[in-house]
Formats: sequence, C-alpha cells, structure tokens
Amino acid sequence: MSAGMERRQFLKFSVAASGGLLIGFYLPGVSTLGSAQQSANTFLPNAFVRIGTDERVTVIVNHSEMGQGVYTSLPMLLAEELDADWTKVGFESAPVDPRYNHPAFGMQMTGGSSSVWSGLEQFRQAGGAARAMLIAAAAQQWNTDATTCRTDSGAVFDRSNRKLTYGQLVAAAATMTPPAHVELKDPKTFKLIGKPIKRLDTAEKLNGKAIFGIDVKLPRMLTAVVARAPIFGAKVRSFDDSKARSMPGIRKIVTVPSGVAVIADSFWQAKMAREALRIEWDEGAMQSFGTIQMMEEFRQRAKSPGVSVRNDGDAASALSHAAKKIEAVYEVPYLAHLMMEPLNCVVDLRPDSCEVWTGSQFQTVDRANAANVAGLPAEKVQLHTTFLGGGFGRRANPQSDFVVEAVHVAKAAGAPVQVKVIWTREDDMQGGWYRPAFLHAIEGGVDANGNPVSWKSRLVGQSIMAGTPFEAMMLKGKAYDPASVEGIDDLPYAIPNVAVEYHKADINVPVQWLRSVGHSHTAFAAECFIDELAGLAQKDPYQFRRELLQKHPRHLGVLDLAAEKAGWSKPLPKGMGRGIAVHFAFGSYSAHVAEVSVTDGKVRVHRMVCAIDCGQYVNPGIIAAQTEGGAIFGASAALYQELTFDNGRLQQTNFHTFPVMRINESPQIETHIVENNEKSGGIGEPGVPCAAPAIANAVFAVTGKRIRRLPIRLAEAV
Amino acid sequence: MIAFSVNGKPIDLDVDPSTPLLWVIRDHLGLTGTKYGCGMAQCGACTIHIDGETVRSCVAPASRAAGKAVTTIEGLSPDLSNPLQQAWLEEDVPQCGYCQSGQLMSAAVLLREKPRPTDEDIDQAMTGNICRCGTYPRIRRAIHRAAEMAAKGGAR
Repeated sequence: MSAGMERRQFLKFSVAASGGLLIGFYLPGVSTLGSAQQSANTFLPNAFVRIGTDERVTVIVNHSEMGQGVYTSLPMLLAEELDADWTKVGFESAPVDPRYNHPAFGMQMTGGSSSVWSGLEQFRQAGGAARAMLIAAAAQQWNTDATTCRTDSGAVFDRSNRKLTYGQLVAAAATMTPPAHVELKDPKTFKLIGKPIKRLDTAEKLNGKAIFGIDVKLPRMLTAVVARAPIFGAKVRSFDDSKARSMPGIRKIVTVPSGVAVIADSFWQAKMAREALRIEWDEGAMQSFGTIQMMEEFRQRAKSPGVSVRNDGDAASALSHAAKKIEAVYEVPYLAHLMMEPLNCVVDLRPDSCEVWTGSQFQTVDRANAANVAGLPAEKVQLHTTFLGGGFGRRANPQSDFVVEAVHVAKAAGAPVQVKVIWTREDDMQGGWYRPAFLHAIEGGVDANGNPVSWKSRLVGQSIMAGTPFEAMMLKGKAYDPASVEGIDDLPYAIPNVAVEYHKADINVPVQWLRSVGHSHTAFAAECFIDELAGLAQKDPYQFRRELLQKHPRHLGVLDLAAEKAGWSKPLPKGMGRGIAVHFAFGSYSAHVAEVSVTDGKVRVHRMVCAIDCGQYVNPGIIAAQTEGGAIFGASAALYQELTFDNGRLQQTNFHTFPVMRINESPQIETHIVENNEKSGGIGEPGVPCAAPAIANAVFAVTGKRIRRLPIRLAEAV
Repeated sequence: MIAFSVNGKPIDLDVDPSTPLLWVIRDHLGLTGTKYGCGMAQCGACTIHIDGETVRSCVAPASRAAGKAVTTIEGLSPDLSNPLQQAWLEEDVPQCGYCQSGQLMSAAVLLREKPRPTDEDIDQAMTGNICRCGTYPRIRRAIHRAAEMAAKGGAR
C-alpha cells in the first residue's frame, strides 16, 4: 500500500460522504504542555492549570475520566484554592509526563479508587500557587502590598475594591515567581469542595460530541480487526486469506503475535473479511481446560492447608471446642469487565515516531510498552487519553495488551500508517484479563452463648499480580498476593481465633483487577458467612455484627446508618426480605441493606440503602452516583454474570450470555454519606463489595436458603 | 447509491447496502455520537430514529434508510434544548457517557408516545438500553423531570 493510494482513497472517501455533512478529524483536546511556551495570552503557573486572557481556566487532569467524575472533582480542588469562577473552568487530559505521575504509585495511572485522595494536595497546591502569582501581579500593578489583596470568583480585589480579573493579569502573572509555600484555605471557607457541583463533562455526553477512543479519526486512518486465538495460548499454525484478500476495502492482512489482523478502509469491511479467513490453530495446552473441572480441583485443594495469611490464636483448636460449628464453601466465577465501549486503540506510526490515542488507565506503562514494540525511545511516543467508555480496571493492563497489539498491527502494515484496531463485543468479552474465579472454604464456630470463637477461611484462586511487573512491588516480600485476600485478611469482627490461608491456582487464563478486585469476592464470602454464624447463634444479623464491631467505630457507623435508613426492624410485606452487609475497602467504609422478593425462583432487588464513609469528601453528587453505580455493578455480578470455559473455549460471547442489569431490574437506591473529618478514602470501588452479600442474605431471609455460589441460582441453594 | 436524510440533511451514499447503518453513520458520515456496543441489538448504544421510530442501527442494513429520515443524537436538538437533554443535565445522569446517546434516543420516542410515563412505561421503553455504569435511577428521574418540563412548556 502506497501513501499515494492511501491519499486517493481518502479523498474519494471524503467526496462520497460529503453530501451535506463534513467529515471531521476527531483529535481530542490534548495538552501540549510538554513543549508549550508561555505566551502573551496564557498563564501557565504549573503543570496543572492554564489561564487565558479569555478568563478560561483549564485544569490539566492526570487521571482518566471513565465515568467516576475525575474531570470534575479534581478541577474542583484546583478551582477552590484558585478562587476561580467555576463557570469558566474546563478540563483537559494530561499528556504522559513524570510530572503527572500518581503521587503514591509513581506512575501515571488511574485505579485503586485513588484519584481524589492522591490529588487532594497536588491540585489544591497547584491552584493556591497560581492564585498567589495572580495576587502578586495585581499588587505590583496597584503598587500595593499583596497581603492586602483578596480574590473572589476569578478576580483579585484590593482594599478599595479595585478589581483585576485573572484574564487581565495573565501576562503580568507569568512574570511572577511561583511561591515557595502555599497557604491552603481553611475548609470552613470552601465554596466548591464538599458541594454537589454538577459534572463538567455532561453536556458533551448528551449531544454526541464527547470523543471516546473508538471515535478518534485521523486523515488517512485505516481500521483493523484481529482474529485472535479461540483458546488462550493457541498460536496460528497457518491461514488462508485468499477469499478475504479480494473483498472490498481490504488493504492488508498481516500476522501479529495475537493472531491475524485484517486492515481495511472501514470497520465493517474488515469484520466481513475476517469472517472469510480460514485459520488453523495450534491449540496448545489449554485445549482441554474447563471451569467445571477447575472448580472441582479448587474444592480438593481447599482440603489441604494453604499459605498462611493471618493467624490469630488457634482457630483449629477453638473450632474443635466450639459448642456449635458450621462450614460453607463459597464460589464465584470468572467475570468480564464489559465496558460499554469495547477495547480499541488508534496508532499513527511513522519511521521515527508513534502517536497513540486510546482510553487508557495506565499511561506510563502503555507508552513504555508501545515504545518497546515500535522500537522507539519512550519520548518519541505520545499517548493521548480520550474519554473512556467505562474502564473498571480493564484499561489498566499490565502488558498493555490492546495498545501493544495495535502497535504490532501498525508495524506489520508498515510505517507510515494510521490504523485503528477495534475489538468487537465478542472479541472484548473473549479477550481475557478477567476477575479470577475464587473459592472460599470457611469453617466457624460459636460458644454456648452464641459468641463466635473461631473463623477459618481457606481461599483458592489465581493471583492477579503473579507474573506482572508489579509483583515484587505489590507482594512486598509476602508469600501471597495481597489482591487475592484483601478484605478477608482484615476481617474486623471480634473473634479471638482467626486463620486465613491462600492457595494460589496456576491457570493460564489471563486475570486482572476488576472494580473492587479481591473485595469483589472476599466481601461476598465473609459477609454471607457472618450471617450463617448469626443464624447458628440465633441472633439478628445486624445486631450480631454490631456486637462484634464495637472496636471498629467506622464500620459501626455505616452499619447503623444503613440499618436505620432502611428501617431494619420494620416488617416487610410477605414474600420480601432484607439482607445487610458491611465492608472496608480502598480507604472507605460501606454498608448496604438490600430488599428483595423471590418469585418462581427469580430474585428481584427492590431497594438498596447504602451508607458510605469515605472521610473528607469533595463532591457528594459524584459519591452518590458512584455508590448507585457500584451497587448495580455488584448486583449484576450477584444475579447474572458468569464466564465458563469448556474445551478451552469461553462459552459467553455477548450481552445475551453475560447479562448486565437492565433498568427494569434495577432497584431504587439511596445513598447516605457519613460526615466526618477523617482522611479521604476512595469512592469508585467501595460501593461494589456489599451488594452481592446484602442481596444473598436478603434471599435467605425470604427463602431460608443459603446462597453460596454466584451468580445466585436458587435451584442449587442449600 | 442510497438516498436518505440525516438530521434533516439529504445524503447520497455509494455504500454496500448490507452495511449496518451504524457503520455508515459513524465511518462514512463521521457522526460518532451513535455508539457501537454489541452488534446484535442487545445493548441499545446504537439507537437512532428512522422516520421517528427507534431502530438499533447495528443490525439495520443501510438499505433500510433508503428514502427515509434518519435522526441521530447529533440531531436531537441543535443546542441541548430538548427537555430530555435539559433533564439529563439537571440530574447529572451520565458517568462514562458511552450509552447515553442511545438512552436519550429511546427516551425521546417514549415521551412522544407517552408524555407522562409511569415507572412501568419507562421500564418497558428503556429495557433495551444497557448502562454498565448503572445510571438507571437517574435516567428514571430524568425522564420524569423531562416529562414535567415538556408539560409546563419550559424547555422546548
């Protein structure tokens, strides 16, 4: 394919489409801060903000917007200390640069429900520093003492209320020295922080203007789809593309490490030609893999001791002396992230540079991996972060799978080339990197008064960190992956003898963090089992928890709040029941009360009352939205979702076989926020873990059946 | 050649008539507000109107638009003045936003058919539109709000 032909094809394409509508080139707003010079009409006090003579305040955000609201909450922090006029505040995604590294994790990334707490100081300082320079500029102009000046809503005022707007001060402020120390505001004077400020990115999401990775368009861009292995680890043995090659719009068909890429003028042409490919695969070692056998192996494995994670007292001995005991095995399946926007990545590869556009949660890693494949130094690779049509962890891939593959496709096609790789829904679901399946075998016992005396948890499942570049950093010398056991290793209940053990399963299904990671299964097992112990002790599940959480006031706070708002003690109509759960994750405390009914074996969740304590918070509107979304995300997994393998092949393909909760199934959700001055915690993930156990415990209240396997299937409940 | 109109503008396209309208709209017309989510009419992200009725454009061949009027999210209003867009703003509905074009296009037909919908009407009309972020409680509130606004004649 020659550049000339590409050009001609593009022109033809433009003309064909020009019947009244113009094709735009969708290059999302990308900061050029790295190279930007201070100009007469902009003030760039630091890496996080730009102020224009037009009064616009643009906040450069180093975290990805995937729905969790960082393009609003982080600008709020900066605008607060800047005393900006909020109606003039906008956002822009940061380029990849060490200045934008996560202060706690040392690289540019979005995950772990950490954007707001990690950005608190960073964004407030940046706003405060800019404000100080604007004041200094105004004071100089008025020939007055800066300490006599004040700021309000995008302007500096002196004692006599003379006013200079930030836009008017742009040129002068640029000559001021950034302050050595910034005095941050007293929280009592906050105008934005703590208020339910509306999101900045809503309007463009209502008229089709928001640009997601899949919407990026370059002038000579081709579109590719990749025929990937039907079994993890399978390799292309041979392929016949004779039919596909002659189909309309097909430019190239190339092999890449992940399979065979079909490159065409448009997506549909590429997809049609892919269907005409005939590929022989070397199926490899996973061809006989099945999840039924895997779970049976997990059950066997749970009968022997694993690596010790926690060992308080002597759980085994205490269990043997318990007045009453119970054991239960909880199982959860592999889960797919299933963002509404399937994976995609645009690459503009030239002999000496590479530009990437995608919805990334892992910019530093993705750029390094792209550079490695392109054979270029990292500084020759630019990565532009678009809006993410959902992330949930999938777009933070330790191997940058979807970015690396797209660079391979471009490289195989031959630079210079502009290509967008689009994954179909089926590709996305079958592409791996799932929440690992897990088994929790738990034994517990109570004394004659119903007080729990022993808890013994044994977990079996794959490690997410194993084999990743982050393994050493995350394991920190431990013999197990903390992400496998988080949420059970810190079981808060006052039980004198607690043992937690873990068996790492080695299976070649790629696994990854999915919204709430280990907590997505540990909370289910632990919060259902504590209900089983309450049953053994013949106590109310809420009161039973209360008694065991006396030394954990923040757990107790959310538990009480959720129970009170739900009216825990008020009777429900016949056929309905309530369940409760409480959990700590990502620095925040969460409790849910679910109200469900069961009809003909079908569970319907009517109402969920959620209490959240995330310490000092920035935007309660966003907290409510994340809590609602987290509850629905957790409920989807509890009620519907399961990935299964047979003969190495994933049996689910699309939304009809891996359902997501729909509006007619969605409960009413109330969010109640605990007010305090504790350290800020996360909000994107903490709303997920309690949903499944609260629902499962509510199902028990209605049916008397214990739910020990997700998704909930009443026919197999005990 | 297939002739139809998109958001009021006439279009004459030389395209394989079996190509799904979704890809014609996105790749050939450059209107990327209509989203790809599943390719099999399961998720509703690609919802558009043909002659005023909702259509899942991912499974509708381009030929289906011949001689008809296609409306995409870009044509819902020129300036966010549609009561649904106003209500979506008021309720701060979107999170990631990817499904919201389809949600709005489905809701627009619902409100035309049932200007004061009940929760059950909303469930029925909107069940084909998946939101993975879980904005359903807000979508429900926003539809009720839009209905009130339209009834009062506040927003057009």
